[in-house]
Amino acid sequence: MIELYVLLGLMIAGAIIAIEVKNLLSAVVAVGIVGLGLSIIFILLKAPDVALTQIVVEIAALILLIRATIHRDIAEKSCGSRPFGAIMGILFLGLAVIAAFVTFNGGLNPFGEPLMTVSRFYPLDAVSGTGATNVVASVILDYRAYDTLGEATVLFTAVIGVLTVMRRLGKKKEEDLQDSK
Amino acid sequence: MNAYLPYVFCMILFCIGIYAILSKRNIIKIILGVVIAEYAVNLFFVLVAYKAGGRAAIFSETEVILPESMVDPLPHALVLTSIVIGLATTAFLIALAIRLYGKYGTFDITRMRELRG
Repeated sequence: MIELYVLLGLMIAGAIIAIEVKNLLSAVVAVGIVGLGLSIIFILLKAPDVALTQIVVEIAALILLIRATIHRDIAEKSCGSRPFGAIMGILFLGLAVIAAFVTFNGGLNPFGEPLMTVSRFYPLDAVSGTGATNVVASVILDYRAYDTLGEATVLFTAVIGVLTVMRRLGKKKEEDLQDSK
Repeated sequence: MNAYLPYVFCMILFCIGIYAILSKRNIIKIILGVVIAEYAVNLFFVLVAYKAGGRAAIFSETEVILPESMVDPLPHALVLTSIVIGLATTAFLIALAIRLYGKYGTFDITRMRELRG
């Protein structure tokens, strides 16, 4: 699994570049390294469905981020840190390291040995129970279909939110002003 | 400790995202931090699901595939949901950032005076 570690190192390097580089467009492109490296890792970890979704979502997110950053503040003047935020960051990272050590010494299984107490049932029952040969599809569309329904609800709520935020403001006010004249 | 090494890399990636959220002033950098932390959490789920020498959780008509040789399908299904919801929240954050830029003319959150609590 040496390629897994190479890709993880590449993703960490891409994330550091994305956070520290001055130019915003370069930062957005460097996040693309993280997302596309993540999709290759999903293929290596035998999750083809997740890898396909990750590629599509990564490209869509990159297009949206480039839409936000292009022609705006390209030569960024202030990428400085907030002093209070830096102190909080160090504190929080220390807590995260302690939590990770507690987790590694506690219940987490070693890499390559999944804890399959609940999901042992799904591969055994998928073909006879749902008729789907893809077990992941049988889980998201049959056993846990309400989960997918909730996902669609969140997605369309976010679409409504984006449309509400991005609509042209001030149109009605101008009409009101003209009426009052 | 070698058995936990991928988890350690994953946690480093998560910490980079958290650091960006807490310490950067540019709102686009904060959004990138959210995206990176989200990717790290998705990666953690798929790492937990991996079985050494396992196969993808897909049956075949021409080949006999034992259910015991498959990787864990449940975290994959959860991560599929999580990725799509992540895209939705990222799109909403970007819309807010574009609107704030139109109002204040900057991405720097310390210069947006009316947002101070």
